[in-house]
Amino acid sequence: MGVEMEYVVRRILAVIPVVVVVAVAVFMLIHLSPGDPAALMAGDYATTEDIAQLREALGLNEPLWRQFVLWAGRLFQGDLGTSIFTQTPVTTLIAQRLGPTVSIALLTTLLSVIVAIPLGVLAAYRAGGLIDRAVMVFAVLAFSVPVFLVGYLFIYGFSVKLSWFPAQGYVSLSHGFIPWIKSLTLPCVNLALVYIALLTRMTRATVLDVLHEDYIRTARAKGLSVLPVLHHALRNAAIPIATTVGVGIALMLGGVVVTETVFAIPGIGRLVIDSVMHHDYPVIQGVLLISAATYVFINLAIDLTYGLFDPRIRY
Amino acid sequence: MVRKRFITPVVVALAMAGMAFAPASEAQQPKTLRMVPYADLKILDPMFTTSYVTRNFAYLVYDTLFAMDSKGQPQPQMVDKWDVSDDKKTWTFKLRPGLKFSDGSPVKSNDVVASLKRWQTKDNIGQAMTRAGGKWDVVDDETFKLTLEQPFGLVLDGLAKVSSYPAFIMPERLANQPGGKPLNEVIGSGPFVFKRDEWVPGNKVVFERNPLYSPRSEPADGLAGSKAPNVDRIEWVILPDSNSSVAALKGKEIDMIEQVPPDFISVLQEDKSVNTGTLNRQQVYLVLNQALPPFNNEKARQAVAHMIDQNKVTAAMGYPDSIRVKYCDTFFICGSPNATSAGSESFKQPNPELAKKLLAESGYKGEKIVMLLPTDVAYLNAATLVAGQAMKDLGLNLDLQPMDWSTATARRARKNPVDDGGWNAFVSSAAEFNVDSPINNTYLGAACGNSLPGWPCDAKLDELRAQWIAATDPAERKRLLDAFQVEAYRTFPNIPLGQYSTVFATQGGVKNADKLWGLPNVWVLDK
Repeated sequence: MGVEMEYVVRRILAVIPVVVVVAVAVFMLIHLSPGDPAALMAGDYATTEDIAQLREALGLNEPLWRQFVLWAGRLFQGDLGTSIFTQTPVTTLIAQRLGPTVSIALLTTLLSVIVAIPLGVLAAYRAGGLIDRAVMVFAVLAFSVPVFLVGYLFIYGFSVKLSWFPAQGYVSLSHGFIPWIKSLTLPCVNLALVYIALLTRMTRATVLDVLHEDYIRTARAKGLSVLPVLHHALRNAAIPIATTVGVGIALMLGGVVVTETVFAIPGIGRLVIDSVMHHDYPVIQGVLLISAATYVFINLAIDLTYGLFDPRIRY
Repeated sequence: MVRKRFITPVVVALAMAGMAFAPASEAQQPKTLRMVPYADLKILDPMFTTSYVTRNFAYLVYDTLFAMDSKGQPQPQMVDKWDVSDDKKTWTFKLRPGLKFSDGSPVKSNDVVASLKRWQTKDNIGQAMTRAGGKWDVVDDETFKLTLEQPFGLVLDGLAKVSSYPAFIMPERLANQPGGKPLNEVIGSGPFVFKRDEWVPGNKVVFERNPLYSPRSEPADGLAGSKAPNVDRIEWVILPDSNSSVAALKGKEIDMIEQVPPDFISVLQEDKSVNTGTLNRQQVYLVLNQALPPFNNEKARQAVAHMIDQNKVTAAMGYPDSIRVKYCDTFFICGSPNATSAGSESFKQPNPELAKKLLAESGYKGEKIVMLLPTDVAYLNAATLVAGQAMKDLGLNLDLQPMDWSTATARRARKNPVDDGGWNAFVSSAAEFNVDSPINNTYLGAACGNSLPGWPCDAKLDELRAQWIAATDPAERKRLLDAFQVEAYRTFPNIPLGQYSTVFATQGGVKNADKLWGLPNVWVLDK
């Protein structure tokens, strides 16, 4: 086994303790928090007897350690359990939400990278100039204005007034590429504004640092034109940028609650919030576990990309 | 050249993707009604939860033996003919011919009897029927009967009950399943079929026209008459954000919002492209914990009632003047057949002096009063704050404890002292069908020994309720109803805080919205 492969295997094995810690922490936190799924299930006019019977039927009266052992046992066999409310397997619920979430994460990332990196490089190249200031004003604004406010303004302008895009909902790719992209345009642009702002600032700062390096000065002195110089600079500034992009993807795969709520996108974020509001323990546990594992794997992928940008990096 | 080489394949790929995933043509599209329900559907078993959204779901996929018309009178639905013996103790019913469940099997008496036995264990009219010796039996495949040990005035009202719990009919094998967990299989004989394969909890619930549904010949009237759908498909779109749902309605992406949030009612009422109307009346009420001091003393409860200004409560909830009642003097919904002002005279205006005198007489010594304040249900939050202020003005040492609704529902089931996780007061609301009679009213309909949070008990109310249920003479029923309410105004199983109506909104192109009644009986709608 090569050194790199050994590193990958080691990192993958490191997922196990992370998942175990997350599993225990999540289980304890949600079971010790106030609230009772049985009371919610039974409805507003249920009697305390109805609720007590339901708690018994759901196994919620069992000691906490026993509930954990039962859940962990099923988890060990790859069974994330079943929603207390909808009686639907947690894996099905996650699978139903994966399409919108992955679509949003990838499109938003793509849009952010396409816009933010050239903007950041341009701002760094023209540091202190008009373009730099304009880019920085945009970045501060995009980062500061609340996502929900921009979302509502988008809906008002582009959906209600202009009817260019739908105000709500996600249309799956299987219903056509155009409906799919139309349903994602407003939420992705809305969400991308924040990531563009973040990534632009990150790119500007790192490229600016690199542009002050001796080898860049030498390259310029030797008469190299702007584009090759910036190409070299960007490649050397790529690691923090790649890290930011990767963390952004991981966060978005965990669900973007505000955007999903404003645009009624049935993603992972809304699934988590909904489950928390209803104390649907198996769903909360399942989604958070998957999210934690995804986060670890994406971090691993980011680490592995470092070697592409800087050949000196070996594992 | 490079640009052209790059762009051409991209354009071709996008065009091919577009063709590959092209939507079906308009001509193939079924007539679909897209509606935003007031809440997400979580539980599919209408006999398991009192949640209105599950009840509304069940009205689409199940049918009932009788149903309420728009005047609130029970009319036959699945039943063809019925007969009652002279002593009113034996009721015989015959099913309409041709009724089928959505799996193709015929609806038989054994399905009906099994469903009614399940209903009897859950519903308060069903339980009262059991106490009157009510027993359901199969006579033959189309005929079944109810035998009682004593006359029971609410047989048809019970079978046509709109809410918590309607007597939905399901196949015997489902009705006989143990009741510990909700049923997960949905087979009914209603106008629509639930499309489980398209159900995305938290996002979308889909129904399609039931080809096996056998409608009545009478026109639709309330929940009675023909329920033959005018549309092929109904989609419930779950939009948790009010702004988004109103924008979607204005953008013609959805056809109907079942419950317009109070802040948007006036806006939509002024919008010419949208129709609005009221769907049902609601009562918001205060529950005081009678298992703990000081509200185990009826004088303390009367004191709080004398502080309540209903107008302030419903105004704070954000409902426009046109759809709220500034003061409603009945426990049973103003404007309903059982509305009466008996006993209300001294409560029409807040009377702080009398309230403080009564509180002093109750022996209250300044103990901490814990009130549950839901933070995630805006209208209940507002109502709780106003009621809480009135209680503070009365001189109660109020501790308003903010929490989400889920926590509040769990907390209120606890009988413990307040220092050990207990509580003294909370505010909730109910639709008219859970309020409008001495038996339907959740709090006034609960006999001593009930386990409703608040644990009210008044033996005289129990006696009057039993007499009212048994009475068949209209004048006697009215006399008993008045006496019942006078007693309720003395002991306050709960305290009404006000009445308002829920408002729906439909696109201008949606027809028959004026026929919506009581709940989203969307089979009447067309577009």
